[in-house]
Amino acid sequence: MKKILIANRGEIVERIIRTCSRLNIETVAVYSSADKDLPYVRQATKAYEIGDPPAAKSYLNQEVILKIAQEENVDAIHPGYGFLSENASFVRKVEEHGIAFIGPSADVVESMGDKITARKTMIEAGVPVVPGSSEIEDVTAAISYANEIGYPVMLKAAAGGGGIGMQRCENDEQLQKAFASSQNRAKAYFGNGAMFVEKFIDQARHIEVQIVGDKQGNLVHLYERDCSIQRRNQKVLEETPSPFISSETRARIGEAAKAAAEHVSYTNAGTVEFVMDQNENFYFLEMNTRLQVEHPITEETIGVDLVEWQLLVAEGRSLPLKQEDIMPTGHSIEFRLYAEDPSTFMPSPGKIETLHFPEMKNVRIDSGYESGSTVSPFYDPMIAKIIVNGSTRDEAIKIGQAFFERFSLTGIKQNSPLFAKLLAEEKFQQGNYSTAYLSENLTVKK
Amino acid sequence: MQEVKASMAGTVLNVMVAEGDSITSGQELVMLESMKMEIPIEGVEEGTVAEVNVAIGDFVNEGDVLVKIK
Repeated sequence: MKKILIANRGEIVERIIRTCSRLNIETVAVYSSADKDLPYVRQATKAYEIGDPPAAKSYLNQEVILKIAQEENVDAIHPGYGFLSENASFVRKVEEHGIAFIGPSADVVESMGDKITARKTMIEAGVPVVPGSSEIEDVTAAISYANEIGYPVMLKAAAGGGGIGMQRCENDEQLQKAFASSQNRAKAYFGNGAMFVEKFIDQARHIEVQIVGDKQGNLVHLYERDCSIQRRNQKVLEETPSPFISSETRARIGEAAKAAAEHVSYTNAGTVEFVMDQNENFYFLEMNTRLQVEHPITEETIGVDLVEWQLLVAEGRSLPLKQEDIMPTGHSIEFRLYAEDPSTFMPSPGKIETLHFPEMKNVRIDSGYESGSTVSPFYDPMIAKIIVNGSTRDEAIKIGQAFFERFSLTGIKQNSPLFAKLLAEEKFQQGNYSTAYLSENLTVKK
Repeated sequence: MQEVKASMAGTVLNVMVAEGDSITSGQELVMLESMKMEIPIEGVEEGTVAEVNVAIGDFVNEGDVLVKIK
């Protein structure tokens, strides 16, 4: 591979460029007019402006991106995460243009993109799924199903994702109220109005497993990430290993993720997400057919470069390690630095006056912005990821505390005060938390 | 006539009212999605919906008039 196009923006483009530079691969970046001053635009070998700020007019504009890829004669397209990364029709078009897509096949992307199909596939694979329905036609059927499994339930859109398109319902009345509006919205917003109902798992943990497969049929898992610290069903902090699970569960969940991936002949990097109850029973939630935002903590504890692995697989080469060679060491925590109020979590776009990351040992920064950059209201509010590594969890927490004491960002609101507070909390230090942790412990109520 | 405006740039995720609907003060009229957050847009006074200017999936800028109330 000599040249790739990266169809994304911000930190993940910088991240991919770093690996490409090391491997002497040229990079072509694309950017909307809102992003023209971001660092990644300068770091790429070449960069093209592709349209107006709304994603539909730029980062989701398949025709423009494919045209540039063809004119630049790139070998492959890396989709990053979000945007076109899980769009099966885009994957097909890329391949029809004779360009490699750095990700799994279009068929796999398609089958995992529909959550109802994904659930069915996992049941076939023998992987436990959250007790739930197949497609539910109408509100009467939803209510009767909810009564069968018992409230609370989650009402979900088959095509939803990223914390959008799901609603917790406590009783018939709430489900009645939520059903029609959620379905209309899913139809209009995702182009697919299929709905289903899942049992709500109380005091749940969100545990996911990194997997990578090659085209020769080798498939490995790279252990778990605990992503239970969330707000609005969106991740804020991730760590590995999970402070919660036993070594038996760790082994079982890794094997379950592998079985899930093997069943669909998965190639390239992907993540199998599970929800886990307090007794360490785990259930398949969804499969993300792309590089995950929080992939760095896996890289840090296992000592691999997942983007390099993605490129190897896309080129048709085999995985560099076998399962028995994959041995995580130490502990890694990722903090997602967001442009938002640290207590209400309201987004806070605007100009970053100064941004200073203290230089510290065992800290990795994957950033998309710098002093003087503007966080526009058009995209995800993530500014950077701060990844701290220790030989133990306690050590990683101490490094994190030292980092946030010295970190500074001025000009807009950002959530680092939340991390300083969280790291000092006894319950967090004990590893005793669920997905409800932030809303129950650290949110300032309206 | 009361103009209900977008508090942030974003995509219209849901429109909960139609022309002619009576609304109460503080009722959620439109749901925007901005920076991966759902932002409800509420009416200030009670009245009747005179005009709905947006549809699901539309992109709106901060200050755009979404709904007019009379």
